[in-house]
Amino acid sequence: MARLTVRKTYKLYIGGAFVRSESGRADPLGEINIPRASRKDVRDAVAAARKAQARWAALTAYNRGQILYRAAEALESRRAQIEAVLSEDGAGGGEAVAELDAACDVLVHYAGWTDKLQSVLGGVNPVASPFLSFSLPEPTGVVGIVAADRPALLGLVAELAPALAAGNAVVAVVSRSAPRAALDFAEALGVSDLPAGVVNLLSGRLTEVGCALGAHRDLNAIVDVSADAELGAELDRLAAETIKRASHHPVAGSYEQATEPALERIAALTELKTAWHPVGV
Amino acid sequence: MTVEPRQALVWDYAPAPEATDHLRLRDRYGLFIAGEFHEPAVPRYEPSVNPASEEPIAEVAWAGPADVRRAVEVARAAQPRWAALPGRERAKYIFRIARLIQERARELAVTETLDGGKPLRESRDVDIPLAAAHFFHYAGWADKLRYGVVAREVAPLGVVAQIVPWNFPLLMAAWKLAPALACGNTAILKPAETTPLTSLLLAEICQEAELPEGVVAILPGDGATGAALVRAPGIDKVAFTGSTAVGRDIQAALAGRDIALTLELGGKSANIVFEDAAIDQAVEGIVNGIFFNQGHVCCAGSRLLVQESVAEEVIAKLWARMGRLRVGDPLDKNTDVGAVNSAAQLERIEELVRAGEDEGAVRRSVACELPERGFWFAPTMFTDVSPVHRIAVEEIFGPVVSVLTFRTVEEAIAKANNSVYGLAAGIWTDKGAKAFQVASALRAGVVWQNTYNHFDPTAAFGGYKESGFGREGGPAGLRPYLRVVR
Repeated sequence: MARLTVRKTYKLYIGGAFVRSESGRADPLGEINIPRASRKDVRDAVAAARKAQARWAALTAYNRGQILYRAAEALESRRAQIEAVLSEDGAGGGEAVAELDAACDVLVHYAGWTDKLQSVLGGVNPVASPFLSFSLPEPTGVVGIVAADRPALLGLVAELAPALAAGNAVVAVVSRSAPRAALDFAEALGVSDLPAGVVNLLSGRLTEVGCALGAHRDLNAIVDVSADAELGAELDRLAAETIKRASHHPVAGSYEQATEPALERIAALTELKTAWHPVGV
Repeated sequence: MTVEPRQALVWDYAPAPEATDHLRLRDRYGLFIAGEFHEPAVPRYEPSVNPASEEPIAEVAWAGPADVRRAVEVARAAQPRWAALPGRERAKYIFRIARLIQERARELAVTETLDGGKPLRESRDVDIPLAAAHFFHYAGWADKLRYGVVAREVAPLGVVAQIVPWNFPLLMAAWKLAPALACGNTAILKPAETTPLTSLLLAEICQEAELPEGVVAILPGDGATGAALVRAPGIDKVAFTGSTAVGRDIQAALAGRDIALTLELGGKSANIVFEDAAIDQAVEGIVNGIFFNQGHVCCAGSRLLVQESVAEEVIAKLWARMGRLRVGDPLDKNTDVGAVNSAAQLERIEELVRAGEDEGAVRRSVACELPERGFWFAPTMFTDVSPVHRIAVEEIFGPVVSVLTFRTVEEAIAKANNSVYGLAAGIWTDKGAKAFQVASALRAGVVWQNTYNHFDPTAAFGGYKESGFGREGGPAGLRPYLRVVR
């Protein structure tokens, strides 16, 4: 007798837990049900991210780098399963393999940025008075990401990794047409020692979840890779309400595109703080 | 021999007004477009008024939509040539501007004080020298841009629209224009409606420096001019310093357009005095933090957080010190607190102060003689302030300090960070480790230990949260005016 397969229930990733949408809704994707996140899920995710952010930023840069590296290890070890999912969801002809290669390498690349960006973006200011004045980048806080639809995994990782390297916590809306790879990737993150709530992943409809995320008043920045001009303009308008940092990125389809402007991606999600300490006065 | 206890000195300073006879102000200023002063397309001239006397100083043209369009066209046409100049040549023009500001320093300082109401001591010792220093600093960057953005080939953005406030008119113009020009952009600057005069003198300085025509335009006007400018087709970037409310409108107006934006907005900055601070020094710093420029400072230390154990002493000493502040004629070299910039701003201050009293905080205002004409507000301190009072939450932008207390370092950090703003903060302590710990935990763009309101062209300035985004000063100040080519 053939064994009955244990099917996987796809879930949102909020506050380190795998949960159904609080709304109880799901959208079918083929024969699988994908949770359809609600506005309340967005609020829960932002609250979880806010709670987690300070602790994540307070870890040493070395520690954060190792955790991001471990996320790459965890993704690499699950790549066969995620490749299969990506292929089933439309990434054919070696695309899925290339995408996994790139996603793992992008994580490794940004893991190495954590203990370098302060030296590269910051420095001592030669002020004309007796003070030690220096400027250093700090995380912006909680970053919302409206991820690219395709490539479903790399498009998310390309935005997630720089945000995390800078010390931010993230709430991301994952690919709409192929959400499974991102939700599987959440399981890799879940075993990476990433503190609960630092990354929160939501599947759902852009009009609902994307705008609810963009409108949230406790979000500091929004990164839009939807390639949807109308949605982008709406996210800009929503961002203005609380002076969020809004950026719109072209879809990163390769390792090069995800890393070539690496420092700009990181810098856009940091705040430069200038401190003045007296010298001999 | 018995020694009599020393009597309190009751003695006033003789008036020491700065002379104005060397000014060369015109009666009327046009719009500065393409290197010349022009009539506006639809003639409209408004007086710029001295807020200390309510007397008009000069008539100034206000730009309308047609003038904005024309200025953008001229700036667009001039930009490729300006960007194509070798960096060292662009640098020399900007160095010239710095030098001319130094040469005309007295005239600029007196004009700034007449037009805006700030004490001459401040315009002379802070505004004008710092404006020159900013041009000097960024002039030197013009041929070193590839070192300013690490490992990147960069290019100017194009035409930048810049809107500056009335609190530091020439200094803010310098913060905006110097990096924009160094990076090869052409700029259209809109000074504030109440303080256009030093920007117009800067236009003359651009002429004296023989800056190529069209590289800088100066378009005075009010909010309508600013609104037309940020919506004008053909601009590539907007840089705004002003209120969070207007910043929000500008950000929304640019929604969906591929236009770069930096905002330097409001604040409600915490000035934190720990029990181990040198108290007398801290009191001077509190005074500088909130009464500098009548409190018309985006980063003013308007929320004073004092550790409970020293609160009584700090408040007593601060109150005594406030009583010795000299309020009055901004042109007098001994004046500490000058005129409020405008009737509208005075109304805003009075409204919030009334709210403070209505909500139950205890108000103390210095009993000083205020001139009959002009706009004035006596230095004021509120105690028994709750963190939810409007005077602890909203930016007053006047000489009004709200005092709150705390017990522990953790509570100080939490209270300081409890704001939608995040522009600046002060820390008063002699313990190095504590200072670094608190400075690191504060969500603010600038943190001063044992000093306040200290600026330098090499040091980045700008806000967290709703205090805006983007930085001015140092290499970080170049980025908002450049795009990465590869």
